[in-house]
Amino acid sequence: MYEVGQLKKGMKVQIDGEPYLITDYEFAKPGKGQAIYRMRMKNLITGSNLDRSYRSGDKFDAADTVSKAMEFLYVDGHHFCFMDPDTFENYLAEDEVMGDKKYYLMPNMKVDVLLFGERIIDVQLPPFVVLKIVQSDPGVRGDTATNVTKPAKLENGLEVQVPLFINEGEWIKVDTRTSEYVERVKR
Amino acid sequence: MEVETPCLVDEPIPERFIDAPPVGDRYLAPSPEVHMKQLLAAGFDRIFQVSKCFRLGERGARHLPEFTMLEWYRTGADYRDLAADAHGLLKAAADALGLPEPASCRGNTVMLRGMPEFIAVDDAFRTHAGIELADEPDAFVFDAALVERVEPRLGLRRPAFLHDYPSCFCPMAKRTQERPARAERLELYIAGLEIANGCTEIADPALQERTLHAEQDARIRQGKDPYPWPAAFMNALRSLPPCAGMALGIDRLLMALTDTASIDGVVAFA
Repeated sequence: MYEVGQLKKGMKVQIDGEPYLITDYEFAKPGKGQAIYRMRMKNLITGSNLDRSYRSGDKFDAADTVSKAMEFLYVDGHHFCFMDPDTFENYLAEDEVMGDKKYYLMPNMKVDVLLFGERIIDVQLPPFVVLKIVQSDPGVRGDTATNVTKPAKLENGLEVQVPLFINEGEWIKVDTRTSEYVERVKR
Repeated sequence: MEVETPCLVDEPIPERFIDAPPVGDRYLAPSPEVHMKQLLAAGFDRIFQVSKCFRLGERGARHLPEFTMLEWYRTGADYRDLAADAHGLLKAAADALGLPEPASCRGNTVMLRGMPEFIAVDDAFRTHAGIELADEPDAFVFDAALVERVEPRLGLRRPAFLHDYPSCFCPMAKRTQERPARAERLELYIAGLEIANGCTEIADPALQERTLHAEQDARIRQGKDPYPWPAAFMNALRSLPPCAGMALGIDRLLMALTDTASIDGVVAFA
């Protein structure tokens, strides 16, 4: 349990049964008036922002989110199934939670899952993955000053920009946070 | 005349939302008011001082628990005279720093030397927050709307004086003639930043006793320690002439004049 004055930007609290991340925290106190704590909080389930003011003495429960190392098993329609390797218990993540991250999931991939109760509210992928290029036209040297990359389709269905010397059938390392090419990988 | 009053006080004026840090069996002064009014009662008629003031639990981008205050009083004056004093000081400070007109301040360009805007609290809440204030508004609704919606719109083009506050939020201010639920208190704002607070002082001992008892009771209801009853101050009030006094935060003024976002940026040690 926290009193509002103990909170800081980056902490997680629970409001009306849902977890929120504090993204802005400001102390205000008009002359002769009381302390007003202005907070902007991000709902960790819906992603929407909540702006609210609180006064001294207002109390909050910490959002009981737990981060756990899990393994991705399979996708079933719009549900993604992960397994806790300690308990073998399975957890399902919704499509909205995964977003573009779903393209990088591979069977048996190790990920960090953020749980709120039994519910998955975030999945942290490994920062880099190695993927095969399934289709990319040979590079055409044109205006080399600006046009030094070409599109390449990856085995997971995503398209990234790669340098001209990368060929179809080769393997590259991709940054999962930005979906950008990092380097060529020899296999 | 420049005066000097104690930093360690026995009997701070009880106010529901101002907490003086305790030191032994005394307190660090949250404001020099309690002693400066005793000097007025003793016969001094125009006094000022620059002093350190201390507030428990106040820390943020606009607050330091130890800050520098310029406080001044005039006898035979009311809050309109304080507005003229404060604006005169602002103009002199802008000239001394060689600031252009308008000057850039917190994302706005403000005519610091221009004619100030005067806006009554009731009008400001109606215009900026869409709130029609009752005689005694709820304190949390009032303070939250003030910091969220009213303050950010005050003093954006020229200095603004917000005036005639609900009397229930003014334990030290004289009630207005036209409407006793409003008091002769005003605050100076520059670019949304509160700079100074002043009022025509209560010179009626019976009224002052009632307002301070109400503050003391509110402190007890909040679970705070009541302060020792300010007997020396109340005694002086019996010979206090009609007067007005203003407190101006020097750090806040520097923030406004030097276009500094956080109060940490205008002091060497924060």
